[in-house]
Parts: sequence; structure tokens; C-alpha cells
Amino acid sequence: MEKRVTFSKWRIGILFAVPQLLLIFTFFYWPAGQAVYWSLTLQQPWGGGNIWVGLDNFRSILSNADYWNSITASLVFAGISTGLAMFIALVLAALTDRQLAGSWLYRVVLIWPYGIAAPALALAFRFILAPEAGFMAVVNHFWPGVWDPGLDGADAMASIIVAFSWKYVGYNFIFFLAAFQAIPRSLIEAAAMDGSGVIRRFWDIQLPLITPTIFFLLVINITESFQDSFGIVDIMTAGGPANATNLMVYKIYSDGFKGLDYSGAAAQSIILMILIVALTIVQFRFIERRVHYR
Amino acid sequence: MASITIRGVKKNYAKTQVVHGVDLDFASGEFVVILGPSGCGKSTLLRMIAGLEEISDGTIAIDNMVVNKLEPRERGCAMVFQNYALYPHMSVSQNIGYSLKVAGVPTAERTQRIQAVARVLELEHLLDRKPMALSGGQRQRVAMGRAMIREPKVFLFDEPLSNLDAKLRVQMRSEIRKLHRRLSATSVFVTHDQVEAMTLADRLVVMNGGRVEQVGTPAEVYSRPASRFVATFVGAPAMNMLEGEVTLEGLSLLGGSRKLNVSRAGLAVGSKVAVGIRPEAVRMVAPGTPGALEATVDLVEELGAGRVIYVDLDGAPFSVVTSETVHPEPGSAIGLQFAESDLHFFSSETGGRLDVFKASVPEPAL
Repeated sequence: MEKRVTFSKWRIGILFAVPQLLLIFTFFYWPAGQAVYWSLTLQQPWGGGNIWVGLDNFRSILSNADYWNSITASLVFAGISTGLAMFIALVLAALTDRQLAGSWLYRVVLIWPYGIAAPALALAFRFILAPEAGFMAVVNHFWPGVWDPGLDGADAMASIIVAFSWKYVGYNFIFFLAAFQAIPRSLIEAAAMDGSGVIRRFWDIQLPLITPTIFFLLVINITESFQDSFGIVDIMTAGGPANATNLMVYKIYSDGFKGLDYSGAAAQSIILMILIVALTIVQFRFIERRVHYR
Repeated sequence: MASITIRGVKKNYAKTQVVHGVDLDFASGEFVVILGPSGCGKSTLLRMIAGLEEISDGTIAIDNMVVNKLEPRERGCAMVFQNYALYPHMSVSQNIGYSLKVAGVPTAERTQRIQAVARVLELEHLLDRKPMALSGGQRQRVAMGRAMIREPKVFLFDEPLSNLDAKLRVQMRSEIRKLHRRLSATSVFVTHDQVEAMTLADRLVVMNGGRVEQVGTPAEVYSRPASRFVATFVGAPAMNMLEGEVTLEGLSLLGGSRKLNVSRAGLAVGSKVAVGIRPEAVRMVAPGTPGALEATVDLVEELGAGRVIYVDLDGAPFSVVTSETVHPEPGSAIGLQFAESDLHFFSSETGGRLDVFKASVPEPAL
């Protein structure tokens, strides 16, 4: 007979799970529950209780053009930065996997950006992309006024996209490289014997075999671009100019803590949560079908 | 159909050299097996023919055209890999037809050729399956189909049977042989399994330590091994080796006071030699028989059709294969006899074969 540890009483099982459940409850379910409660009430800015208002907070937010502008900006930011971060990382990983000279250097250097806190890297990019000094100043010298993230909303959006992508290229690269290296060498060699060239092999063999990783990174990148963008926006643009980079997560902060509209901010949090959940469900429903799990 | 000419081929990885100058000629349509222990450079040599490894020095020519600088796809070779290397995300028919798809063969013709190959390999009912849903033997056949469909000039096999169980291996062995007779493309088959090598090969190449030890038909390699390494590597159980020194009377075996009364034509007195004798060539006689070597039985292995008897000969391990129904008790004494013509002599220094007893008449020795 095989020896197996069994728990006669389910109470022991629960006891083992309690520390984890406690953590999840304290740091997720409780605040999330509070946010739902606040979003249905009107909170006094200086204390003094709250009044039940039902769905009024949601009605007022969704009828506000500024809020729809924020959703659009967030979607644009999520789409472009995810695409950019994943594409660059994929190319770099594919090249590194081919063992080109100096590939070990990439591997070490590319993980560093992910270790840098968002505000720190945002500050760095604020200087790098400053219109009045450095590289962009040279560009502005030849094409006067072409780059000014302080005035032009599109330039400001481009700045935060560059900063965010830069951070996630390193993260994505590590996953892509691991996925490429998990493909048995002999499969690539078999394709080479079958007459397939480098590019063809990439499309026919390597790319289909890393689809689980592509899918995983897509979900993570989109989710993170809605959540992890706060520090970058705060330092680089503070939502401006003219709300052009006022992403949803930043608007929650500025409405709540600067505008002292706690209830409206809570309602926005709930909408952001629902949006991310919905996007993730869509990805699992429609994109995961094309993933080849080995 | 293509001949392969290998001239002075070497392979270095950084500072280590794994293939030290190999010269070989494979005739068109020949089935050549490269046999050797792991790490002897046999797979590296095969991969250099395929174009998967760069050739450090020397040339490889297919049909008298040097292919050193050609990409794998330009060499006209197909390869069956040890782990099959089937594309896991493609169905069996996509796997088999991939090379045609890359080459731009129209769908209709492609389907027809996939069907034809599948019929030969009895894969017709599996064409829509993914490799994951196949057994080891079926995967093996798909890998063969993928190689066949290109109608290559040269087939390369890199230990393709080593992942199969014993029964399937025997079956696939004969299927590969039949297939070769049918397609008669030049085939190079790499293995470390000497039974596989003996049964498949038209010609056998034995490699060791990055060098070719012997080239010949399986029978030649078995009956006249060119070196001590080949002698012990080919044949199971391995050939018995006894160390000895040439004396005036014949040969005195080291590690004991025993002598072999053999003619010592051409051997200098005092030179050290190794004497080899195949376990199959040894006869067991009653202990005390005049001229027989005495030994103690260690272990008897029953093979059904015969028995392997391991004996202790003055501390040296020695085995005897017999088809007689004898069951000597471990620890009992027996006598061993063999004909002088069955002895193989190798230089103790170089390991090379010493052919000094060629002319001697077979006679009961000792």
C-alpha cells in the first residue's frame, strides 16, 4: 500500500489555508468590498458619515465627457505600449536565441529596467525626452516645435508609452527568451533539413510554439498597463496637457485625493476593475483558442 | 542516389577536437552504419554531412560536389532524429508534408504525395492526429515519412531506434532495411548498438575517440577486428582479452604462470601482446584435460537458446558462450579449450591488430 498523508478532519485543511486567506481578505476582498460600498454612497470629504445614493455616482461619471476621454486614453495607452513592449522584446529574444555575438550581455542588461521603480524611470525619461535639452532639443533645433510633450497631447502620450514600454521590454524579453529556449533544438534543425530558412522557421515553428507565452504576456501587459502606469504618468505629465494623458488609474487618484471626491473615485475603481476583468475574459475566450499548448 | 566522399574532416569546439581527420567513401545506394560508443564523434560526423554542424577542416562531397558551404536544404539530405523532432503543433500529414509546403508544391500534389507515403508506412488512419496522440513506433514512422517524402539523395539516421522498446526496435530495424531496399537511397545510420549495426549495415564504420577504427562489412569487422577496441566493442558478450608476453616457448600469460603454446612467427621475444578470443569460440572440457586452461566458474547466465558462463582465469574475467545444456556450479573448476586459429593478437602498446598467425593451420592448441 502506498503511504499517503490524509486529513481526517477538514478543519486541519482550513487551518493550513488560513494565513493565505487572511492575506487575500485583508489586502483584496476587504478594500474591494469597501470600494463597492463607497461607490454606492456619497462620502463627506471631511468626515461625518455617508449617504446612500445608489447608482448615482456611476450615472454622473458615465455621463461625463472627461471620463470617456480618460477611458479612450487608457485604451490607446494599453494598446500601443503592450504592442510595442511585446514586439521589441520578441525581436530581441529571437535574436538572442540565435546565439548572436554578445547575446549574454542582452540577457543581463535587459532584465534591469523591470527592477527600476516606475517613478524613478519616469524621472529619467522626463529628462531624456525634455524638449529644451538633450537629444530632443537637437530634433527641435532642426524641426522647430516638432516635439513638446508639455503642450502637445500626442507627444505627452508618446512619452509615457516610451517609458512604460521600456520597462516592460525587459520583463517580456526574459519570458520570450525562456520560451524560445524551451523549443528543442532538433525541431529547428528538422525544419532546416526540410528546407525552411531562418524567417520561415520563425513563422512556422518557433512562433506557434511560443503562443502560450505570447498569450500570458498579452494578459499581463494589458493588465499592468492599466495599473502600473500611475507612477509614470504622475512624474512625467501629471495627466496633462489638457487631460491628454489622464489615464483611468491616474484620474482615480486625482479625483479622489486632489478633488476629494472619494465616492466618485471609488466608482471609477469599480469600473476599472470591471474593465480589466472583461478584457481578460475576452482574451481567454477569443485569443486562447489559437494557442498551442504542448 | 548519391555517393559521399569525406576527406580529412575535423571538428573543433573551441579548444577541444572531437573529430580528428576522417576519410571515408560511401558508394551510391549503400547502407552504411557508423558504430561507436557515445562521445566518439559519430553524431557530429553525421551532422556535418547534414549541414547542421560547421566543418572545421577537410571537405565533404555529395555526388562529387563539395558541400562544406551549402545550407542543409541545398544538400539533398533528409534526416531522422533520435527524438523524432516532430512539429508538435502540426498534424501528421502537416508534419510529413512540411518540406513540400516550404518548397511551394501545390496542395493537390502535396496531398497525393502525403497519401502515397502514408500508405507505405501504414499511417493513413493517423494523418489528422497530432504527434502527442501517437505511440513511439508511430512517431518513428512519421519521422521516416517526413524524410521519405522529399525523395532525398541521402538518408541520415541519428540513433533513430534508441527511444523504442526492444520488440519495436527489432521490428523497425527490418522496416528500415526493407525501405532501403525499396528506395535504394544512400543511407548513413549512426548507432551505439552493435546488434543494430551488424544487422543493418552493408558496410560498417567503427569509430572511437574521433577516429575511424575500422571500415568493412559486418562479417569482416566481426571476424578480423582491426584493433583491440573494435574487438571488444563488436560482439556480445565482448571478446575475452588476455595480456601476455612472447617467450621462447610461445606465450606466457600475465597474472599467472600459464602458458599458451602458440607459434610466435614474427613476434619479437619479450614483446607484450593482448590475446583475444571470442566467447563463442571457447569449448568447455572436463578439468584436467591435457592442454586445457583451468578456470573457476563465477556465474551462469541462462539465455534460453544457450548460456553465458563467466569464469575466473587467474583473476581475469573471461566468458564462454555455449549452446550445450551444461550447468556448471559456481565455484566448480572447468577446462577451457580453443583453436589457435580463433585467437586474435593485438599490440599492447598501439592496440593495433598483429597478423602473424594468418598462415597457421587450425589445430587443437594448448
